Amino acid sequence: MADQTDETIEAEIVGLAEQYSRQGVNGLISVIRERVARDPNGKSLYLFTARDYIKLAGNLDEWPDSAQVQDGWVNFQLDEQVGWEGNDHVARARIFVVQGGLGLLVGRDVHDLMVVKRLIERAINWGMGITLALALIGGIMMSRSTAKRIEVINQISRKIMDGNLALRIPGRGTGDDFDQLAENLNQMLDRIVQLMDGIRHVSDNIAHDLRTPLTRLRNQLESALISAEKEEDREQISTAVAEADKLLSTFNALLRIARLETGGKVAKPEALDLSQLMCDAVELYEALAEDKNQTMTMNIQSGVTTLGDKDLLFQVMSNLIDNAIKYTPEGGKISLQLIESEEGVCFEVADSGIGIPEDEKDKVFQRFYRVAKSRSLPGNGLGLSLVLAVIAMHKGEINLANANPGLKVSVKLPKSEL
Amino acid sequence: MRVLVIEDDKDVAAYLVKGLQECDHVVDHTLDGKDGLLLAASEQYDIMIIDRMLPGMDGLSIIKTVRATGNRTPILILSALGDVDDRVEGLRGGGDDYLTKPFSFTELLARMDALLRRGSSQAEQVTSLNLADLEMDLLSRVVKRGGQKIDLQPREFRLLEYLMRHAEQVVTRTMLLEQVWDYHFDPQTNVIDVHISRLRSKIDKEFDKPLLQTVRGAGYILSEK
Repeated sequence: MADQTDETIEAEIVGLAEQYSRQGVNGLISVIRERVARDPNGKSLYLFTARDYIKLAGNLDEWPDSAQVQDGWVNFQLDEQVGWEGNDHVARARIFVVQGGLGLLVGRDVHDLMVVKRLIERAINWGMGITLALALIGGIMMSRSTAKRIEVINQISRKIMDGNLALRIPGRGTGDDFDQLAENLNQMLDRIVQLMDGIRHVSDNIAHDLRTPLTRLRNQLESALISAEKEEDREQISTAVAEADKLLSTFNALLRIARLETGGKVAKPEALDLSQLMCDAVELYEALAEDKNQTMTMNIQSGVTTLGDKDLLFQVMSNLIDNAIKYTPEGGKISLQLIESEEGVCFEVADSGIGIPEDEKDKVFQRFYRVAKSRSLPGNGLGLSLVLAVIAMHKGEINLANANPGLKVSVKLPKSEL
Repeated sequence: MRVLVIEDDKDVAAYLVKGLQECDHVVDHTLDGKDGLLLAASEQYDIMIIDRMLPGMDGLSIIKTVRATGNRTPILILSALGDVDDRVEGLRGGGDDYLTKPFSFTELLARMDALLRRGSSQAEQVTSLNLADLEMDLLSRVVKRGGQKIDLQPREFRLLEYLMRHAEQVVTRTMLLEQVWDYHFDPQTNVIDVHISRLRSKIDKEFDKPLLQTVRGAGYILSEK
């Protein structure tokens, strides 16, 4: 805006300079008077002075204080003394020294311009302020709703990870990014469920297709056993039946582990008396330990309960106790413990047997993995895989430690929630 | 006995029918689920053996339909689906017992006998069981053989009680785990054998005639023969 004012002033100066070159000082004076007269309240300011600032022409009475007679631009206040109405009138002008000490000031009252400028500035400031405030409020609201929706997605995905695969993330129907995300996640879940159903279906079919011929095999062996007359033949056939049974139990255990792992959670959790469960398991296996002259010591806290699957947890306990008896030599010690604490329920099976080397502790949970020293003993290497699958499904933890000598297996289960 | 067998595997079915006929049962057999339901609904049987996966109509639907008509004939489910969940589903659906494939024929017969006997023995309240010179008083919980008192642990008592209730029948290890210990699980070792041998040493050791015998490839039998 200041540039525009300057340009106007320059243009006027060009006009005045023309007059001056054509008609000299008098011409300039008359042109200035003429211009002032034509527009007495105009925005143009003129002052043509002789030496000592004596006014020759123009609509300003006095030379402004701040301005010397020197070529250049100047800004100054127009006050009433200068013969102008109103306060704080700002003007901008150019000063020329015309030959022999004559001074010419050509300027413009930029008060209105300043007012407009100030108005615009104020408008811009307010505008900016309001915009910022709105943006801030909007931003907070947006981020709140975003956080809320992310929280919804998080909550649901946690539930899904807990095994509730039927859940889906709800969309709001707005078709925004979150809806698209939810839609994609849902489609992914559908696909996973489809694949898992596929696996389940395949394992069911394997179960059916493989067990049926095995049934026939076992049936035929059984009829052969019944009709066999020589004791020698009977011996051989019953060994074959036992082998077929072993094959089947390995196969069943594999299928069972696969089912447990894909299932993810306990199908029908019930409140269980773990103390009772452990006593039953001990009672079942005590005889086995006595046959090996092993001493079994117990510290079973009574009334310890949890939520879970009775048969599966019994399987876990019997597998652990069975292992302890199997891998502990004659005359060894086995100690069992069941305690309830703040953190949850913990049962331990410790033995004085061959133990598990440190670097093999993770591997023993793999299917078919057997510690070198135990290969000569019967077993299929699936017992601990099954234990791990059941414990994982109950949201528990299993830990193997050295009992020096021997092994200590600790299983922690959450108190009573699943 | 009249037995209905609904089983789609021809070999298994043929083996079953032959085996059952050899045991003097009258057997009707069908390979198809719908025909099976028709037979089950229209004829009178003493026991039905039904496979779960069948063409036409699945076994569980047949059982549910049969039960819905008020038919209480004992049903033994025979299936390749052997998970605890599957068994529970089968038993809740109306089956009386569940046998997983592959099965031993002896076990099938043993379970059939148990099912048939359950129907009759439940009516009468028994207070004592006897086999040869072995007596069990269920009220005082005293066991005697040849008048001599035998001390048994509570679990040994239940084991012997089950064997005596099913005297002269083959009892399998799985049946014992289910009935005496009340757990469905897969023992890794011969833990049942150990319990049986302990029981045997208590009831048979000092006597001339052994009563508790092992049936090779199947289980045990308590018999005076």
